[in-house]
Amino acid sequence: MSTPAIELKGISKAFGPVQANKDISIRVMPGTIHGIIGENGAGKSTLMSILYGFYKADAGEIWINGKKTEIPDSQHAIRAGIGMVFQHFKLVENFTVLENVVLGAEDGALLRPTLARARAQLKKLAEEYELNVDPDALIEDIGVGMQQRVEILKSLYRQADILILDEPTGVLTPAEADHLFRILESLKREGKTIILITHKLREIMEITDTVSVMRRGEMTATVRTADTSPPELAELMVGRKVLLRVEKAPARPGDKVLEVRNLSVTDDKGVKRIKDISFEVRAGEILGIAGVAGNGQSELLEALGGYQSATGTILVNGQPIDLTGSKSDGRTRRDRGIAHVPEDRQREGLIMDFQAWENVAFGYHHRPEYQKNRFLMDHAAMKADCERKMERFDVRPPNPMLLAKSFSGGNQQKLVVAREIERNPDLLLVGQPTRGVDIGAIEFIHQQLVALRDQGKAILLVSVELDEILSLSDRIAVMFDGQIMGERMPAETTAKELGLLMAGIRGEAA
Amino acid sequence: MQKMPAWADVVLIPLISLLLAAILSGLVILAIGENPWEALKLMISGSVGSSYAWGYTLYYATNFIFTGLAVAIAFHSRMFNIGGEGQAMLGGLGVAYVCLFIPWPHWSLALIGATAASALFGAAWAALPAYLQARRGSHIVITTIMFNFIAAAFLNYLLVNVLKPMGAMDPATAKFPAPTHLPSLHDILGAFGIPFSKAAPANVALLVAILACVGVWLLVWRTRLGYEIRAFGHSESAAKYAGISPTRIIMLSMLISGGLAGMMAINNVMGEAERLVLNSTEGAGFIGIAVALMGRSHPLGVFLAAILFGILYQGGAELALWTNIPREMIVVIQALVILFTGALDNMVRMPLEKLFLAIRRGQSATTAGE
Repeated sequence: MSTPAIELKGISKAFGPVQANKDISIRVMPGTIHGIIGENGAGKSTLMSILYGFYKADAGEIWINGKKTEIPDSQHAIRAGIGMVFQHFKLVENFTVLENVVLGAEDGALLRPTLARARAQLKKLAEEYELNVDPDALIEDIGVGMQQRVEILKSLYRQADILILDEPTGVLTPAEADHLFRILESLKREGKTIILITHKLREIMEITDTVSVMRRGEMTATVRTADTSPPELAELMVGRKVLLRVEKAPARPGDKVLEVRNLSVTDDKGVKRIKDISFEVRAGEILGIAGVAGNGQSELLEALGGYQSATGTILVNGQPIDLTGSKSDGRTRRDRGIAHVPEDRQREGLIMDFQAWENVAFGYHHRPEYQKNRFLMDHAAMKADCERKMERFDVRPPNPMLLAKSFSGGNQQKLVVAREIERNPDLLLVGQPTRGVDIGAIEFIHQQLVALRDQGKAILLVSVELDEILSLSDRIAVMFDGQIMGERMPAETTAKELGLLMAGIRGEAA
Repeated sequence: MQKMPAWADVVLIPLISLLLAAILSGLVILAIGENPWEALKLMISGSVGSSYAWGYTLYYATNFIFTGLAVAIAFHSRMFNIGGEGQAMLGGLGVAYVCLFIPWPHWSLALIGATAASALFGAAWAALPAYLQARRGSHIVITTIMFNFIAAAFLNYLLVNVLKPMGAMDPATAKFPAPTHLPSLHDILGAFGIPFSKAAPANVALLVAILACVGVWLLVWRTRLGYEIRAFGHSESAAKYAGISPTRIIMLSMLISGGLAGMMAINNVMGEAERLVLNSTEGAGFIGIAVALMGRSHPLGVFLAAILFGILYQGGAELALWTNIPREMIVVIQALVILFTGALDNMVRMPLEKLFLAIRRGQSATTAGE
C-alpha cells in the first residue's frame, strides 16, 4: 500500500463550547477522489479549513505525502501542494482570467513576464484537462461554471497536487456539473488527489472512490463508494432511517388561486429581471419553478411577496393585487391570504437577533391575537403561540427565549415554515425551503408542504435543487433569463431535459 | 449558549472600562504635576459630597438623560443621530416662545405646554434630515451634524436680531414670567420634609426625564412601533419582507429622537436659565451619544450613564475651580471615559469572554471527572 497523500490523525477543534471536530482521522490515497459528506454543521468545512490553514487544530497531526506538516496559514498549504476551491469564489471581478490566475503568485515586480509564462501554462492545462477558458475575458463577463474553472486553474497554476472542492455544484446547472465531473476525472487520471465536500448523495455516488461521513463533529464512517448505497449514507449522516423521496398522492387541482399575466420586473439598476411572464397556480397543486440561481426567481418571489415593484397583472382568487405603491407591501399581501417562506431566512425570514417568540409574530405582528390593548403587544400570547408552534413543528431546542441565530439552519427554517403554514394561507410562496437544512428537517418540511397542498391550498415552490422540484411539484416551470422556458409534468420529463431548459436551450419538444 | 452571564455584560464590563479610564486619567494628572488622589477626592466631594453638589450633578444628568434617550432610540432603528445638539437648541426656542408669549396660570400647565413645544421643535429639526435619509439616501450622520451648525447660526440670528429685548446688551431673550418658573428639587423635596440645597439648579424636569425613560422603555419593548423599529434596525431586508415601511420607521424614530433631544430644553432653558441664551446646550447633545453608547441604548443604562456623566461634568467643574488643573483636563477625562466605555468596549469584552469560557470549561471538566 502506498503512502496516503493526506493523512489526518486525531484532529480536534472547539469553538468556545462547541466541539466542531472531535478526534478525526482520515487517509486519502493519491490519485483518488475522496468525498466528505455530512449535514450542515457536521464539521466538514471546519476540517477543511484546518487543512488549509485557516484554523489551528486544538489537537492532532497533519501528514502530507508521508511527512508530518505544520500548516499555520494558507501560504503553507499552497506550498504543501494543497489547492482549495471555495463555495463562494474568491475572484477579482474586473480582472481578466489571466490576471486572477497570477494574482498573489507573481514572479517579480514586473507583470509582463509573469503573464506571458502564465498564458503558456494555461494553454497547456486547458489541453490536458478540458479546462477551456479565454484567458483575456473579464471575470464579470463569464458564467459561474467558467469562474469555477478559473478557481481550479488558480490552484493548478500553483502546482497543487491535492485539490479540495467545497460544495462545487451548488451554483451549477446539471450540464455544468457534468462538465466539472469530467474535469475532476481527468485530474484524477493525471494522479491528482481530490477531496469533494458535498451534501448531495448523488454526486458522491457518481464520482467518488471513497467516502467519509461526518455527523456532529465526528467521522462516523469511511467506506468505499462501490460498497455503499444512498440510503445507507443518509442513515449514517442523520443517525436514523430517512425517506429520500416524498410520498404523495396525485394532485387534485381546483380553482385558480394565483394568476400571473405579463409580469415584468426591472431592478434598481434598470436591468429587466423578469420579462413578461405568465402562469397560474391552482388550489391543491404545487407549481415548481426550476432554474439556476439568478434567473429571475428571487425577483418573482419578491414581486409576489410585495417588496419589489412590478408591472403586469397578478390576480389572487380572481381579484387583482397592487404591484406598486403603498398597498404593495408584505402586510397587505398577508391580509390577502398570501404567506411567504422567503429564500433567505437569515436576511429576510427571521430577525436573527430577536428571540424565537418575537420572530413567531414577524410579519403578522399587527394581528389582534398579539395585542394586549390599543398600545401594547401581548408578549404572553406570543410566547404561548411560539411554544405551540415549536411543539407542532418539532423545533429543537423548544425554547422560545433563545435568539433565532442560536438555532441550527433546519430549526430556523422550521420556525419560518411554522409561522407561514399555520396562518392557513390560500397561497404559499416558498423559496429554497431546504437550503442549508439537514436531511431530517428536509423530510419534515416536505411532508408539511404536501400536507398543505392536500388541504387544497396553492403552493408556488422555487428551488435550485432539481431533485426537490422533481419530487415535490405537480407541475414544473423552468425559468431562464427572466423568462419561462416551458412547463413540464414531472412524470413526463427528465432531469436532463429540465437541465437543458435551465441552460436556455429549448428542445424539440418545446 | 451564552458566552458570559448577563451581570458581567451589564455591570462588570462598564466598571472595568471605567476603572481603566480612571487609571489613565490619573496618570495624565500625575504627568502635569498634580496629585491624582486629591483630584479624585475633590471630584467626588464636588459632585456627590453634598446636596448642593448633587443638585448640580442631577441637573446635568437630566440634560444627558434626554439627549441620551434621543440617541438611543435612533440607534434602535440603526440611525446615528448626531444632531441632538441642534435639536435641543431648537427645543429651547420652542420653550422660549411658549413661555414668553402665552400667559400661563400655573407652572404645571406651563410645563406641559413647554414640553410639547420643545418636543415639537426638536422633532421638526430632525424631520428634514430624516426625510432626506429615507427618501434620498443622504447619510443621516452628515445631515444631522450640518443641521447643528444651521441651528446655531439660526438661534444666533434670532437672539441678536429678533428675540433680544430692546436695549439689552447680551443676546438672550427676556426673563420668562414667574408663573413659568419650575419648582426646584429644593421645593419638591421640601414638601416631603427633606432638606435640599436651595441654590442648586436641579428641578422638576428630572422627574419628566425619568418618565421619559419609562416611556422609551415601553415604546421600544412593548409596542408594535417599537417592535418594528427594532426589527428594522436589526435587518432592513427582513423588515421589507414583513411589510414594514423603511420610510415610516426612519421618519418616526428620528422624529421621536429629535423630540426627546428638544425636551432637554425644559431643564436647561425653562428650569435653570429661565430665559434662552446663546449656546444654551453646552455640548449636552454630543454627550448624549456617549451616554447612549455606554448605556447600551437601554433606558436604565442611559439613566445610569447620564448620572455618571453628570458626576464627571460637575466634578470636573469643581476641579477647575479649586485646583490648577485646567478646565480642558476635564474634557480629556470625559474623552477617556467615552473612549473606554464606547469605542474600546471589545478590548475589555474579549478577554473577559475568554476568561468566563475558561472558567466554565474548567467547571464542566471537574464535574465530568467526578
